[in-house]
Amino acid sequence: MNWLLLLEQILNGFQLGLLLFLLAAGLTLVFGIMDMVNLAHGSLYMMGAYFCATFTGWTGSFLIGALLTLPAVFILGVVVEIVALRTLYARDHLDQVMATFGLILFFNEATRLIWGPIGLAIPLPDFLNQTVEIIPGVPYPAFRLAIIITGFLVAGLLYFIVSRTKLGMLIRAGASNRDMIGALGINIRLLFTLVFGLGAALAGLAGLMAGPILSVEIGMGESILILTLVVIVIGGIGSIKGAFIAAILIGLIDTVGRSFLPEILDLILPSQTAATAAPAISSMMIYLLMALVLAIKPQGLFPPKGVGQ
Amino acid sequence: MTLSSRQLINTALLAFLALLPFFTDWVGDSFYTGLVARILILAIAALSLNLLIGYGGMVSFGHAAFVGVGAYVVGIGTFHAFEDGVDWMMNGYIQLAFALLVSAVVALTIGAISLRTRGVYFIMITMAFSQMLYFSAVGVETYGADDGLSIYSRSDMLGLIDLNDEKSLYYLIFVSLLLVLFLMHRLIGSAFGNVIRGSKSNEARMRAIGFSPYKYRLTAFVIAGTIAGYAGFLMANLNDFVSPDMMHWTRSGDLIIMILLGGMASLFGPLYGALAFLMLEELLSSIPLTIGGLHVGEYWQLIFGPLLILVVLYARNGVDSFLPGARKGS
Repeated sequence: MNWLLLLEQILNGFQLGLLLFLLAAGLTLVFGIMDMVNLAHGSLYMMGAYFCATFTGWTGSFLIGALLTLPAVFILGVVVEIVALRTLYARDHLDQVMATFGLILFFNEATRLIWGPIGLAIPLPDFLNQTVEIIPGVPYPAFRLAIIITGFLVAGLLYFIVSRTKLGMLIRAGASNRDMIGALGINIRLLFTLVFGLGAALAGLAGLMAGPILSVEIGMGESILILTLVVIVIGGIGSIKGAFIAAILIGLIDTVGRSFLPEILDLILPSQTAATAAPAISSMMIYLLMALVLAIKPQGLFPPKGVGQ
Repeated sequence: MTLSSRQLINTALLAFLALLPFFTDWVGDSFYTGLVARILILAIAALSLNLLIGYGGMVSFGHAAFVGVGAYVVGIGTFHAFEDGVDWMMNGYIQLAFALLVSAVVALTIGAISLRTRGVYFIMITMAFSQMLYFSAVGVETYGADDGLSIYSRSDMLGLIDLNDEKSLYYLIFVSLLLVLFLMHRLIGSAFGNVIRGSKSNEARMRAIGFSPYKYRLTAFVIAGTIAGYAGFLMANLNDFVSPDMMHWTRSGDLIIMILLGGMASLFGPLYGALAFLMLEELLSSIPLTIGGLHVGEYWQLIFGPLLILVVLYARNGVDSFLPGARKGS
């Protein structure tokens, strides 16, 4: 086994995991507090990438583009919440699934109308577009490292907000008993809108960071949406801690599994069979993990107290 | 026997569908027979899903996987018959039996695990299982991976009916639809159907009077999966093609949209929904309007998406609420 490759893949796993966490954090809050299934979360991720590509094109700088993208996606999230989603909180999950499915269709088609069917690229500044030696002799792309660092910083910030601030207190209170904090005189509508906007901004951040690595294209939100749903379901809906642990776990398993599963299978299966089965099994692994977790703990690994009766 | 006005509308629709190939013969355009055949197959799949969603309250978000399983049985059978000369794999009855058997076994496995969960978790886990099947179809190079499998010859029904004749295939599909409608009608009215519906509206009470909903739900899940597998068998023969895309989670979403468009609480709802869904697609994508050099029809989902939201928000029972005798409220 190639240890340097393994190290690189583990870092890549963390990078994917942290991106997933940024998406999952917003989604799990919306899920947990408002009891709302939002399939259009992936569309906000896509919009983050498209906004960033546009702003970077206008300003000529990725960093300024990124800084402009965050408030833009926040505002977009707030608008979507007020226009379309607000009335859905009281509905059952089926209605929410369908209405947000409609939003996905709308966003994909609107994107195709505005930006055209061909994907975009986000050019990186030179200092991010190079490799750094993480340990002597092991080069690693600076941008991926930047994603990992940003991801950890945002996770830390989010932990601080949720557990140490007034807003965080309200969020946690909202997650455990919505009606009660409404009765205590908190403007719950405003709180929901803020939380949704925050989740949108986090999704946008994930999108703008994924943009330079993957390509910015229509439908990019859907494949990652499914992964994000897997993450929050494994983590336990409404739990930020669960989302974080599950995101890292999924990121590592998916990335490391894809590169090493063929070798592992080769040891136990005839090489012909292994070569055929490996790609299928490695893309199935995280779903197997999810099925396994739910079969044992139907509420996910960290079901938050008070939610999910 | 007198028919209510609603039954008259339903009967008129079925009569129209029965005579459709003759109309298209008369017009001289068989395109619509193919389109309606596709709609009817999707209606069969949506009807089976409605047993779970509409009557059982189980929002399964992976139903297209069973359609895919049934279709792949035909595709794989034909593939081996052509590549390896295994002639019995062309036999339509064997293909059909395997399509039903395999989709039933897959539904039993998925259902047994998924039904342990509730609510959002159930939605997600069924979606995850269907994605698993989707990725395994994408991963298997032998059977075409991403590109899918072309079906060079339709299932051989040993002279009883010739599926290569478009009209015979259409009538097979139409009669299948009638049978599934009848089966659903009987099922929903039976004691079994009452337990399924009762478990949706009040599970605790069902338990209190001595029913364990799990077994009943699992049975319903297997029945629905098997019927969807049958729809897949028909779909493979109609399209002469199977691909992983048939199992993608958005296809499952389409089936749910059909149920929602048609109205969940009625037997015929999914049929109306499937008709409405594909007709809307045809209509919206052929809007002859051009604004600033942009052909509006090309971006039909821009209209369809918000329309879907409006249906969810304001026309909860879809087409059903516009038919006479619709239940008010809820």
